[in-house]
Amino acid sequence: MREVAIVGAGMTRFGELWNQSLRDMFVEAAAGALNDAGADRLDTIYVGCMSGGQFVGQEHLGPLMADHLGMNGVAAVHVESACASGGVALRQAFIDVASGMSDLVLAAGIEKMTDGADVTNVLATAADQELEVYHGVTFPGLYAMIARAHMQAYGTTEEDLAWVSVKNHRHGAMNEKAQFPGEVTLEQVMASSMVAEPLRLLHCSPVSDGAAAVLLCPLDQAGQYTDRPVKIVGSGLATSSLALAEREDPAFLDSVQLSAERAYKMAGVGPRDIQLAEVHDCFSIAEICCIEALGFVEKGKGGPAAKDGLTTIGGRIPVNTSGGLKSKGHPVGATGVAQTIEIFRQLRGEAGGRQVENARLGLAQNMGGSGASSVIHIFQGV
Amino acid sequence: MPSPRYTREIPSRYRLEAGRCKGCDKVAYPARRVCPSCRGKEIQMVNLTPKGKVVTSTVIHVPPDDFLMEAPYAMAIVETPEGARLMTQVVDCEPSTVLPGMDVSLEFRLIRKEGKGGILCYGHKAVPVF
Repeated sequence: MREVAIVGAGMTRFGELWNQSLRDMFVEAAAGALNDAGADRLDTIYVGCMSGGQFVGQEHLGPLMADHLGMNGVAAVHVESACASGGVALRQAFIDVASGMSDLVLAAGIEKMTDGADVTNVLATAADQELEVYHGVTFPGLYAMIARAHMQAYGTTEEDLAWVSVKNHRHGAMNEKAQFPGEVTLEQVMASSMVAEPLRLLHCSPVSDGAAAVLLCPLDQAGQYTDRPVKIVGSGLATSSLALAEREDPAFLDSVQLSAERAYKMAGVGPRDIQLAEVHDCFSIAEICCIEALGFVEKGKGGPAAKDGLTTIGGRIPVNTSGGLKSKGHPVGATGVAQTIEIFRQLRGEAGGRQVENARLGLAQNMGGSGASSVIHIFQGV
Repeated sequence: MPSPRYTREIPSRYRLEAGRCKGCDKVAYPARRVCPSCRGKEIQMVNLTPKGKVVTSTVIHVPPDDFLMEAPYAMAIVETPEGARLMTQVVDCEPSTVLPGMDVSLEFRLIRKEGKGGILCYGHKAVPVF
């Protein structure tokens, strides 16, 4: 396998981008990544998108996006793993370059959620239709059940959940790409309207439009494009049952642990070596479960991490310095690539007010459904 | 919901039919061709006992459009005596009282309607046992 580096990145602002279509957003992000690296050609494009088909009635995204980027003829394909589609697109691009099949590959993530589709129903296609959705459960409902199981097993409190949102908005307030860059107080979170008990509105990531793209090449060619490449040193993908009821412990995300084991093994590092991480906080409880499954804290000890400052910038392991899905926004297919861009900027020392000092090793964790798929990458500054 | 899709699910939804693996005794609901626990392929059909215990729960305040009239409603993962787990609504009680550990029975109920002119969709809901 060849060593692989990221040499360029581009993304749109996240938010309700009514003046931009799915293809417009892709081109802005992709052209941004190419410009960033001074590249004018591509061998392959991977487009991560959860559901162009249901959100805007558009499938066959590989050739469509290649064409609009002015890259007609280039190999291009759409990859899907629900909200982990972006992370999976990155993994496919990594495998493509590492294998020697391609030299210059674009990994993009895109989603257009505010064009009028029934967002709750489209997102629910990532859950088990026959066993879960049929009976009236929603995604907030599934994560609410995870939260209640965690509270029952470990004494995690509603205040612990709320602190995750407070912390991520504090980080997101320093991110010019964030959909909701304002800070929120503990009281505001705890008083926000109930969505699915015990989860309130301000425990939930928003509905967003957005696109993100990164450019990958072999490390030994990276000098053509940048003097500050970021190496991908580990990649792990794992699955679990789609239906939450099938999992032995609903308070634990086993796919996250399994994907982490694989990524750590490939990188030859452990959780204690990671200096910052972007994790999939689609709901506040998800961040708590993820930092446990990633090994940043012991199982059952994730609850107080945000409140105690462990996961804040300046803490032992800063988590979601970008603001996370909660504050930055969550255009589902774009999220995994946007997480990668945050780590890329941090490892190059370009994160401005939210810079983690001396960051050399970072991790991005992106998941689909209620944790049925999880994809993790570990990055190293060069 | 197209009728063939609905019809296929009737055995598990109406009669709680599940599959017990002859190799490891794991009960999967609905029955599967391959045992999720040991990959065994010899599966014996069994009917679940229509009762169980709440493993975890929530109260849905913001429902999908088809369930708008019912909100807020309680939902739970219920484990039957066979060890199978089902996602169900919990009804005939104050939703906020549905918590882990609660004993429930599983009753045949209307789950949803397929639009204004479509079929009525049935299945099981949980009811607290006191």
